[in-house]
Amino acid sequence: MIALLMRDLRLAFRAGGGFGLGLAFFLILAVLVPLGIGPEPQTLARIAPGILWVGALLACLLSLDRIFALDFEDGSLDLLATAPVPLEGAVSIKALAHWLTTGLPLVMISPVLGLLLFLPSEAYLWLVISLAVGTPALSVIGTFGAALTVGLKRGGLLLSLLVLPLYIPTLVFGAEVVSRGAMGLAVDTPLALLAGITAGAVAILPFASAHVLRINLR
Amino acid sequence: MGLNVTDLACARGGLAMLEGVSFSLSSGAALVLRGPNGCGKTTLLRTLAGLQPALAGEIDCPPDAIAYAAHADGLKATLSVAENLRFWAAIYGTSDIDTALDQMNLRALAGRAAQNLSAGQKRRLGLARLMVTGRPVWVLDEPTVSLDVASVALFGDIVRHHLAGGGMAVIATHIDLGLPEAEILDLSRFKARFPQAGTGDFDEAFL
Amino acid sequence: MASFWEYANPLKFMRTTDWLLPIVAVAALVVTATGLIWGFFFTPDDFRQGSTVKIVFIHVPAAMMAINAWVMMLVASLVWLIRRHHVSALAAKAAAPVGLVMTLIGLITGAVWGQPMWGTWWAWDPRLTSFLILFLFYLGYIALWSAIDDPDTGADLTAVLCLVGSVFAVLSRYAAIFWNQGLHQGASLSVAPGTRMDWAYKAPLYTCMVGFGLIFLTLVLAGTRTEIRARRMKALVTRERMA
Repeated sequence: MIALLMRDLRLAFRAGGGFGLGLAFFLILAVLVPLGIGPEPQTLARIAPGILWVGALLACLLSLDRIFALDFEDGSLDLLATAPVPLEGAVSIKALAHWLTTGLPLVMISPVLGLLLFLPSEAYLWLVISLAVGTPALSVIGTFGAALTVGLKRGGLLLSLLVLPLYIPTLVFGAEVVSRGAMGLAVDTPLALLAGITAGAVAILPFASAHVLRINLR
Repeated sequence: MGLNVTDLACARGGLAMLEGVSFSLSSGAALVLRGPNGCGKTTLLRTLAGLQPALAGEIDCPPDAIAYAAHADGLKATLSVAENLRFWAAIYGTSDIDTALDQMNLRALAGRAAQNLSAGQKRRLGLARLMVTGRPVWVLDEPTVSLDVASVALFGDIVRHHLAGGGMAVIATHIDLGLPEAEILDLSRFKARFPQAGTGDFDEAFL
Repeated sequence: MASFWEYANPLKFMRTTDWLLPIVAVAALVVTATGLIWGFFFTPDDFRQGSTVKIVFIHVPAAMMAINAWVMMLVASLVWLIRRHHVSALAAKAAAPVGLVMTLIGLITGAVWGQPMWGTWWAWDPRLTSFLILFLFYLGYIALWSAIDDPDTGADLTAVLCLVGSVFAVLSRYAAIFWNQGLHQGASLSVAPGTRMDWAYKAPLYTCMVGFGLIFLTLVLAGTRTEIRARRMKALVTRERMA
């Protein structure tokens, strides 16, 4: 299990692994939005929580199809499925590796982008916390979508269509935490709900992912 | 210790391909599967490996005995030879990759990234992966694709060495592997017959 | 007493629907026409909403069937996953486009109704938003079906998607309520806040609901029959090729 995690991380960081693509995308989005909306600090501050969350979500989406597609193409997914590791565990590790290479960097860079979008100072803490709590759910849900579409020819586009609706609750509660934080309101209700979704997704979805993966390898 | 398959039926894409496949292998024996393209060799191997359920019949084999190798080697291009092997060794809970490196003549290449290997060297690495699994039953799908004559001979030696150590192998191939002692099973004999329309079976399977 | 599961046999299903489908279709036509004509021409105008209120006879049944269709797909998916009856998976497949269209009808009639009532075609109200999200779920489900060649794999994958999607659809519904308390009236069949709907409206509305349910049933049965025939044809072609 640890070996699988280390391998996936190593692959991501090696040349051509695609690490940093999501980060770059997140950054570009934070630059494009003011260019499209206009430079008024009040307007940007008002929409910053939502933009940052939508940006994180799309940046996450960008790297989802790599979770299984590469392993599927070179045959190691078949080998992994016949190896003496439970597929549910392998799927969870894959999701964890995706979070470590995509979600965690997004969490860390988000305050800088908040600065670009004039996020109110009260909200920084909540931005980081909400992303830290919510992005694992994005990775786990995304892994499920990737498992569903592995081996399909037009998988990439379909993956977005399948996964984005599943991201809605996470997005709503995550952005709500930041907006409320920005307005100085209590954030515990949306934060608790966000944590609940993450916990539920982490606990249950790997079983669904492993199940559909087995079907796809049949 | 052995692999006994009785009356196995397997399907591809919801259609029965093979039925009534029976064979048994004991320690030190190899079985070569033959048959025209599309006759179900890969399907049978994937069923043996547990990737797809059998329609009927039984595969009697000790648990954790089968190591499967498909057309693709499952190698990561950006990882070195040693890293690739060490990963699979860790997954299978073994730790010794040195024997495999030595036997496959890969010692000198251990630090090289898999993407810089020639096709033959990649195949050797794929076989080294089988060795580090420590599993007695090798299930191989077209293992000699893209190998030249010398490498095929090397492959034959390696399988023979594996068999001599009490291992077993089920190999699907088109060409002569240089394994005269191996039993040959022609799969076209087991081609599934279609159930007649109108019988009870048809209604569930649409056939 | 024959078991209910006998109808999961394609042949039995086809034989039963041979005579059942025309009956259901005619019933659907008669009941829906009765309900709509009754609703449109023989009910009084609402004292505040005027005749615009009468779109309720399409809007509410369509919205109801949009949700019911998903629930039916969920049940059919579970039956497929647990008992592996092909007809069940095909019925779920056949129900999806119907549900999609019902959702669309609900959204469009809602917009047409909302324009004179609220002065806007669209509002980001939880109820409306939930329906839009439901629409997206239908789209994803149908897209997944159409992307997979192998029918059994398709049935398995879409069934799991339907299960997971149901959980997330419910979550999205609560998220939408949490996100914005809206201006859509409650589902209590009340036309204006405080006043319950009169029987003069209720009776034709219930008729329309039954009618839409029968329409749904007709379309799903017809769709399932088509799917069974398509599967059978595919099987025959494969047999030709392999023989």
